[in-house]
Amino acid sequence: MREKEIERIKEYKYGFSTDIENIKAPKGLNKEVIKFISNIKKEPQWMLNWRLKAYERLQQLKEPDWQKPKFPKIDYQNLYYYSAPKSMKDKPKNLDDLDPKLLETYTKLGIPLQEQKRLNNIAIDAVFDSVSVATTFKEKLTEKGIIFCSMSEAIEKHSDLVKKYLGSVIPLTDHYYATLNSAVFTDGSFVYIPKNIRCPMELSTYFRINASETGQFERTLIIADEGSYVSYLEGCTAPIRDENQLHAANVELIALDNAEIKYSTVQNWYPGDKNGKGGIYNFVTKRGACRGKHSKISWTQVETGSAITWKYPSCILQGDNSIGEFYSIAITNNYQKADTGTKMIHLGKNTKSKIISKGISAGNADNTYRGLVDINSKSFNARNYTQCDSLLIGNKCGAHTIPYIKNKNSSANVAHEATISKINDEQLFYCNQRGLNQEEAVSLIVNGFCKEVLQQLPMEFAVEAQKLVGISLEGSVG
Amino acid sequence: MLNINNLSAKIENKQILNGLNLDIKAGEIHAIMGPNGSGKSTLANVLSGKKGYKISGNIKYQNKDLFKLDIEERAHKGLFLAFQYPLEIPGVNTSNFLKTSLNAIRKSNGKKELDALEFLKIVKKKVTELKIDEKILNRQLNVGFSGGEKKKNEILQMSLYEPKMVILDETDSGLDIDALKIVANGVNTLRDKDRSFLIITHYQRLLEYIKPDFVHVLMEGKIAKTGCSELALELEKAGYAKI
Repeated sequence: MREKEIERIKEYKYGFSTDIENIKAPKGLNKEVIKFISNIKKEPQWMLNWRLKAYERLQQLKEPDWQKPKFPKIDYQNLYYYSAPKSMKDKPKNLDDLDPKLLETYTKLGIPLQEQKRLNNIAIDAVFDSVSVATTFKEKLTEKGIIFCSMSEAIEKHSDLVKKYLGSVIPLTDHYYATLNSAVFTDGSFVYIPKNIRCPMELSTYFRINASETGQFERTLIIADEGSYVSYLEGCTAPIRDENQLHAANVELIALDNAEIKYSTVQNWYPGDKNGKGGIYNFVTKRGACRGKHSKISWTQVETGSAITWKYPSCILQGDNSIGEFYSIAITNNYQKADTGTKMIHLGKNTKSKIISKGISAGNADNTYRGLVDINSKSFNARNYTQCDSLLIGNKCGAHTIPYIKNKNSSANVAHEATISKINDEQLFYCNQRGLNQEEAVSLIVNGFCKEVLQQLPMEFAVEAQKLVGISLEGSVG
Repeated sequence: MLNINNLSAKIENKQILNGLNLDIKAGEIHAIMGPNGSGKSTLANVLSGKKGYKISGNIKYQNKDLFKLDIEERAHKGLFLAFQYPLEIPGVNTSNFLKTSLNAIRKSNGKKELDALEFLKIVKKKVTELKIDEKILNRQLNVGFSGGEKKKNEILQMSLYEPKMVILDETDSGLDIDALKIVANGVNTLRDKDRSFLIITHYQRLLEYIKPDFVHVLMEGKIAKTGCSELALELEKAGYAKI
């Protein structure tokens, strides 16, 4: 490895790439490429038709341009929409058949897939570029009737569920990136929790972008049937590359009567170098529908990576007495930019939502919280509480809070609180005087600032996330 | 322990310390008194390494050049400053902060870091000894603490880290008599032949409980007078005007 490269890997330890032979779709975005994807995945006709319908719709859509972070126009014809390790063509039946290079990649990332080394009590679906390469603990979950598999497998084996729910929260026609995803999505995870089942372990998907000039368009669908519960976590990393790479995923959650879904994200895509070169464009559509009464969806996100993070994990509170929650930490350093927040759409009676957002900016970064609380005229006694806190480190970064509130029902109760603060030199001096160095001090103060959100993460990941918060800000205080 | 030689310090072109000399030997307690703006807190800040001052002169700490050490390195080598205004750090649990600090200091001295249980045992013993309400351990660091609680928390940390050179910057200001006794008790318990104290105060009151070896009067950035503890009494009666 060249010295320069080693230096950069020190800054982002997941920045290595795996040298592996790929099968790629021809470059560009057109009907032929969509047919190629559908064909290589051996999809049924209805799925292909669905994709083509999205593609038709896409022709009439324009990319949104209201976001705060601006970026050069993406040349959609100059991207690969499908890239998969060649060894995945004839689906390996078990891990012994899996390309050792893939196993090694995940071990290096700290996500061992082999039976004997697995993380306790966490089932993992590993997605590499455009395909799911392995799902662990499948048998144990099957005993309870839980389905946890790749999206491709779900289309093949559980088409009734996929047909019923896919696109039911994020319609084909939603907006540019969501519609693009519907046309070209490659893989992702599928979860179904049957009635009255409490999923006995954390379910998790680990997304890895490896190939260059490739977009990753994964699709995740989680259905929690009546009275069920599931906690799901996704993690993301990518190699260091000088060009920007697009990641436009769609995630749909459906919670029926009395069901609860807890969805956590630890996003650590390659953020670009110190001067803002390279990095992932993380343009993701995440939406959950609390369709049943007394249902609950809770989003927790820790966003530390990506050159640009642009996403609003949202809740549609249809069922009476349903609850939506959004807990977010967005950290931007160097030239990273984030425009993130949530939408809480109150439709049912007695619906409640809670938004806790913690934005941290350092270096030359820019961080925007943008959120919508929308209370429908028929949503009686709706409640919302929003708290947006921003923390600035240094004097070249920016923090912005843009809350939208639409209220059409006079019985609603909406509260919004916002604070903005700076890590001050006195606090750092105090910590230094007690023996902590600059980085330990920043990490401690920022972790304190984020505490309410970090507490929401599953135990297994909270410690990791705390470390990540510290690492992301290394070198931010001179 | 600490040898200050011809120390001057400027901040934004304002001369604050102006040729200060002070020699503190191991085991000694020195008190510094002086009017507002005479440079007492600046001395504490310069000793602990706070940035932003233009400094000349030299300071030897344990026979080494103090200016070559960063703030945290000074702390690792046993220099402790009890702050006049301890800082609030929201979301950070006091107990966790104390443990992190203690372990940072231990680690730099080649000692084993303490796990949560070992730490808890030690800190509980300390709060009992010092008669401090242990509830502060589970609160956010200094957030919503009364003035007295903040100062007690400083004394608890002093006691926990077992420093070599302790600087108390107006720790007694604003304390009621019970809290003052806790502070004094903390210092007296730690008093030993290898440990030195520099007590910065406005009032003679604290010195009724902690008997200093020397009392210095700081005026216009240098030591104007040095005496034994009776000097503090005189000052209390006559003020600084006659010096």
